[in-house]
Amino acid sequence: MNPLLVKVLNDPHKSTQLTLNQWEILIPQARVASLLSTLYILLEEKGLLGSIPDRPRAHLFSDWLIHNSQVQTLKYEVKWLKRALGKADVKLILLKGAAYIAGNLPAERGRLIGDIDLLVPVEKIELCETVLAEFGWKPGEQEPYDEQYYRQWMHEIPPLRHVNRGSILDVHHTIIPPTAKPNLDAKKLFADAHEINPGIWVLAATDMVIHSAAHLFHEGEFDHGLRDLLDLDRLLRHFGEKETQFWAQLLPRAKELDLQRPLYYALRYVRHFFHNPIPPSVLEMTSALKPGYLKTRIMDFCFLRAFLPDHPSCCIRGVSIARFFLYLRSHYLRMPIHLLIPHLVRKARMRYFNDSKQDEGETNKALN
Amino acid sequence: MPRFKEITDTEAKDTLARGDLRLMVGPFAYCLQSNETLVFDGLRKLYGDHQILPTESFSDFHLSLRPANLVQKWRKKIDFYFDGQRPFNRIESQHAYAFLEWGMNWCVSTTANEQLKLHAAVLAKNGIGLILPGLPGAGKSTLAAALCLAGWRILSDEHALIPFRTNNLIPLCRPISLKNQSIEIIRKFDANVVLGPETHETHKGTVVHMKADLAPGSHDQSFIPAQLMIFPRYSQEAKLVLHKKPKTEAFMFAGLHSFNYSLLSQTGFDTMCTLMDAVSCYDLTFSDLDKAVQVIEKLLLEAGKS
Repeated sequence: MNPLLVKVLNDPHKSTQLTLNQWEILIPQARVASLLSTLYILLEEKGLLGSIPDRPRAHLFSDWLIHNSQVQTLKYEVKWLKRALGKADVKLILLKGAAYIAGNLPAERGRLIGDIDLLVPVEKIELCETVLAEFGWKPGEQEPYDEQYYRQWMHEIPPLRHVNRGSILDVHHTIIPPTAKPNLDAKKLFADAHEINPGIWVLAATDMVIHSAAHLFHEGEFDHGLRDLLDLDRLLRHFGEKETQFWAQLLPRAKELDLQRPLYYALRYVRHFFHNPIPPSVLEMTSALKPGYLKTRIMDFCFLRAFLPDHPSCCIRGVSIARFFLYLRSHYLRMPIHLLIPHLVRKARMRYFNDSKQDEGETNKALN
Repeated sequence: MPRFKEITDTEAKDTLARGDLRLMVGPFAYCLQSNETLVFDGLRKLYGDHQILPTESFSDFHLSLRPANLVQKWRKKIDFYFDGQRPFNRIESQHAYAFLEWGMNWCVSTTANEQLKLHAAVLAKNGIGLILPGLPGAGKSTLAAALCLAGWRILSDEHALIPFRTNNLIPLCRPISLKNQSIEIIRKFDANVVLGPETHETHKGTVVHMKADLAPGSHDQSFIPAQLMIFPRYSQEAKLVLHKKPKTEAFMFAGLHSFNYSLLSQTGFDTMCTLMDAVSCYDLTFSDLDKAVQVIEKLLLEAGKS
């Protein structure tokens, strides 16, 4: 059973028949899924805004204003990033939300973004860090252990925060942790990246989809799961239509990057939730990538729940187990077990000792 | 629509426990759930004159104050839920009422960008709107409480809501929050003041809320044009000083302490311009509330003439 939010995303005209009590389920569902502004733009495009009640519309509009402000801020930050990386003689390659917005892709419509994700060659990481620091993006206070964790095992360095403007950069050197199982050569990503606007580069269409899938299906927290799945749905529809070779290249490319499994899941669930029109020939090929019967059943159980908005109206049986399982799975996928166990023990200990201190600080800050 | 005091205690308690108590607060509807006695008592005391909505309606914010599980119940800890999420950390159940009020403010602060939101207390008299911006501790709530007890209508003690490109104020009448010494000061100012549950040892000290919908038409939702903007500063033993404040300075201060001025970019700027063109701005240092109220009454008369 699909939640109301998914039904309306699939068929915006349903919004005209909702009762007020349905609206007060739809709005919170969209809010927790970070899809209020996406919904606003969708209803606007279909000319349906005028036929929905005032208060729900105000909530959609309010978040659309946030989206607008984020787009404006992003464009400004990108201007500075271009200058900074230009100084290091490194291409500015944007990933995920920032790439969709900078490239005016349909996944952009209403998309809220948090951090700005960049991809730079691993051998240029230190140089980029130095230059970005000159431009005001500096690493925050890190526990020495966390710092080491990022440096040694992760596909990105600790987040950088701009000292005046507060914008946050996630600087990646590849798209999955080097300790993870897939054997991915990041050079291939750089080789196929292309310039979408002067000085702004993004991954190739296939790589953008594969990255989005790898990110989502290696992830342990699904707060934005449905939104990220919707990104995938829109990217697939867009590239499928605009780039003639897209579907022919997608699966071979996933094989080349050793990321077939996440792509399989992506295709499976965009079809399930958003009825994505994947060409039959591609579907046929993906059936070879399908995990075994039992694994498929388990993953379905988990993902069909994890993508539900985290709202009481979607609290069906097994949701918390599914989320917990995926959380464990994400760690297991991130690094081999002999690295993982000491890491988790260490984190649990750090959390236990820091908790009380942090808790109060955060509550107070939020309420001031 | 009935008012909250028009239903019986049993019915009220039941509706609240079931999570179907729908209170109109200014332009927003809050749907509340709690089994905490403090929450029930506080709401009954302070929200009696607010309208309640039927189940078949749209509530903007769904809030619940309840223990997460039996262990937390036994430990007397509760959580604040907004749309089923827990944006804050666990709290002592004896802080429930203060937390509900903060939480209700927080909902407006973090959403509702469809209007400019300044951080200010807002009042009105004779159809003239008065904005009191101020940093926490400047005494805006205390002054707002005193004005309210002196016959002004309170439009909000925290958010000035201004529709885009107007100088109008959207009434958001809620109890006024008083902290620490202000509580005694206001009790002395008016012995008949109605106060809700007192919450001690919060991160802001002792907090209590004052019933503020005293003026007739307190819950009338018609807009009121802003014409006065006064920046209060409470200073113990200080003589009363009133200065005309340059509008540019007032603009910068109010914009800087707005919840969404920069988020709204051009629209925020345009709205601030319209607003600042319409208001006369003053700095007011005070220690004696009676005198402060008198001075503001005088400014009101002048504003009424112009």
